[in-house]
Amino acid sequence: MSERVTVAKTYKLYIGGAFPRSESGRVYPVQDNKGKFVANAAHASRKDVRDAVSAARKAFPGWSGATAYNRGQVLYRVAEMLEGRRDQFVAEVTAAEGGRRGASIVDAAIDRWVWYAGWTDKIASVLGAANPVAGPYFSFTVPEPTGVVGVLAPQQSSLLGLVSVLAPVLATGCTAVVVSSEERPLPAITLSEVLATSDLPAGVANILTGRAAELGPWLASHGDVNALDPIGAEDRGALAREAAGTVKRVLAVPAEEPDWTARPDISRLRRYLEAKTVWHPMGD
Amino acid sequence: MAVFDYAPAPESRDLANLKPSYRPFINGEFVDGSGEPLKTINPATEEVLAEVGTASLSDVDTAVKAARRAYEKVWGPMPGAERAKYLFRIARLIQERSRELAVLESLDNGKPIKESRDSDLPIAAAHFFYHAGWADKLDYAGFGPDPKPLGVAGQIIPWNFPLLMLAWKIAPALATGNTVVLKPAETTPLTALVFAEICQQAGLPPGVVNILPGAGDVGQLLVRHLDIDKIAFTGSTEVGKLIQREVAGTSKRLTLELGGKAANIVFDDAPLDQAVEGVVNGIFFNQGHVCCAGSRLLVQESIVDEVMDKLRYRVSTMRIGDPLDKNTDIGAINSATQLTKIRELVEAGEAEGAHRWTSSCPVPERGFFFAPTVFSDVHQSMRIAREEIFGPVLSVLTFRTPSEAVTKANNTPYGLSAGIWSEKGSRILSVANKLRAGVVWANTFNRFDPAAPFGGYQESGFGREGGRIGLEGYLSV
Repeated sequence: MSERVTVAKTYKLYIGGAFPRSESGRVYPVQDNKGKFVANAAHASRKDVRDAVSAARKAFPGWSGATAYNRGQVLYRVAEMLEGRRDQFVAEVTAAEGGRRGASIVDAAIDRWVWYAGWTDKIASVLGAANPVAGPYFSFTVPEPTGVVGVLAPQQSSLLGLVSVLAPVLATGCTAVVVSSEERPLPAITLSEVLATSDLPAGVANILTGRAAELGPWLASHGDVNALDPIGAEDRGALAREAAGTVKRVLAVPAEEPDWTARPDISRLRRYLEAKTVWHPMGD
Repeated sequence: MAVFDYAPAPESRDLANLKPSYRPFINGEFVDGSGEPLKTINPATEEVLAEVGTASLSDVDTAVKAARRAYEKVWGPMPGAERAKYLFRIARLIQERSRELAVLESLDNGKPIKESRDSDLPIAAAHFFYHAGWADKLDYAGFGPDPKPLGVAGQIIPWNFPLLMLAWKIAPALATGNTVVLKPAETTPLTALVFAEICQQAGLPPGVVNILPGAGDVGQLLVRHLDIDKIAFTGSTEVGKLIQREVAGTSKRLTLELGGKAANIVFDDAPLDQAVEGVVNGIFFNQGHVCCAGSRLLVQESIVDEVMDKLRYRVSTMRIGDPLDKNTDIGAINSATQLTKIRELVEAGEAEGAHRWTSSCPVPERGFFFAPTVFSDVHQSMRIAREEIFGPVLSVLTFRTPSEAVTKANNTPYGLSAGIWSEKGSRILSVANKLRAGVVWANTFNRFDPAAPFGGYQESGFGREGGRIGLEGYLSV
């Protein structure tokens, strides 16, 4: 009896809660760490970037306006779905990155997601303040999400790195347009399938596969993107110069990818939050 | 009924101890700058106040070296509790010399003495006092134990609140253990150089604070200098973008406090007399030379006629003239360049079809003055609704519903400040929540305090000044 022929998957983009192909019709071959063909990934274009930014902007009022408790529950739901697909992620991460640490990497990624999910309804009390001003006013400061964040995801760490840069964006209430690792995009696409089935509103996270070098400049110069994480890009100086045209917040990132297994801190949350100070007089 | 005329109540200009010339302050000493000297004028009379030495490339190098040395040898290693005492001394010295500084500020800047006296000076002193207390408490600032300073900060400040902006920049930088090279604005260098004297009187170690007068070229030298770790800039969004571009791709840290086009929203349930006072304060404070000025008034349609009547009457009572007169409400525009810019935008407003009303108050013949002006029938597409005028010019638009007010208020690339006038608490909180601005004043406007973080969203810049959060811009965290 012949071996069963498996059903191969067509990998697509994740924009506005849907899974379209690239409008350009382009694809590129993805290989595993041994050089064997695995799949064709959609090769996103400038137009796809614009569609994704527009979806992220549309989703921003709803996501940033949701209660922090609700955002926490949705993000925790993502972790539940990640756990359910654990084996699939281990296989994909191992195929992409090689080695034997696939299982521990996936576990760390799930735990990382849970860690950030728990921050949604705490970060404001850690970073906010009642300001003791010298006058008859009540003045308080609250952190609010910056807006739409462009993320050029790490090129090496296809899942743990991706989760480490995406989860803080979503936890703050920002919405995201992510360009995945170019050569290791499949865990990102699987993550988008998890996001699509986790009550995350459409457009809150958008994931594109393609080349950071090609798509990065469009994200950096886009007038409706408020912040940029260039960690997966090579020419970060050029991106930062583009970003200056709209006074984007550009994350300072290390030259090399950090050790993603290291315990995170709240610095990535801080980067995507704006402080808003409100004043009101006090009196009879 | 008897009418009492105003009698002038001028503050004496002698109090300013004006000197014929001022020099850059480098490594604890006043030195001859090798740049082309500039003449700073009194914008209310156009007379030259003093000649001021400026910095050249070599002066910038010398100052940065002095700041680096002071950072490594003295200020960086100094225990926070000791740094604190220097800052407390500076705060006290500013208070002691506040009358002199207020008069000097009004002479050099053109702002009314009642504002420099009651606002700029007390808040400047308060910033040093507040930050002094942080210097030995940084472990508790929420950035982990023993947060480290960045090193040498290059700071570039504008002409609208010369000494106050200096305080906003220098106080947090020093409290966190950095040393600074600061460039005051080309048209308002004097109080910064008196502040340098205060640093000497406080016994501040040489090199911790360096003040380099000059024009944009000196600022550019600071921005490009390889041995500066952080740039802090307050000024226009246009220049802010150039600076961000220059700093891009380097390891320099950057904070920007840029322009604004704040919406001041008046709902139909607002206490109208109080609201009109706030609107007037919001746009005419400091001649409208305020990045967070409430320059777009959004009035609920049902009350627009009443508000406009009250507003025009109130504005018509404002006195424009000698900045040193304690009766003066609106002083001089800071420079001929700024006056030209204001006139150009006002002409654009008329050309685009907005209805102009200008107070008929007497305006001095000499000096740079612009009578308070209110535009009604303004549409969102007009330049006077989109561009920062930075002068005593208010644009009035209308709205029908709270959500329309929020949409119009947020329809700008800026996001520095906003105002809300309403007696309904739930509405205030809901609108404040939806406004994309770094500071929201409800039933008040233009309140500043060192304990309250200030700074913008979007193209109004990034980073905050004041409060615990303000320390972040000067710490390696």
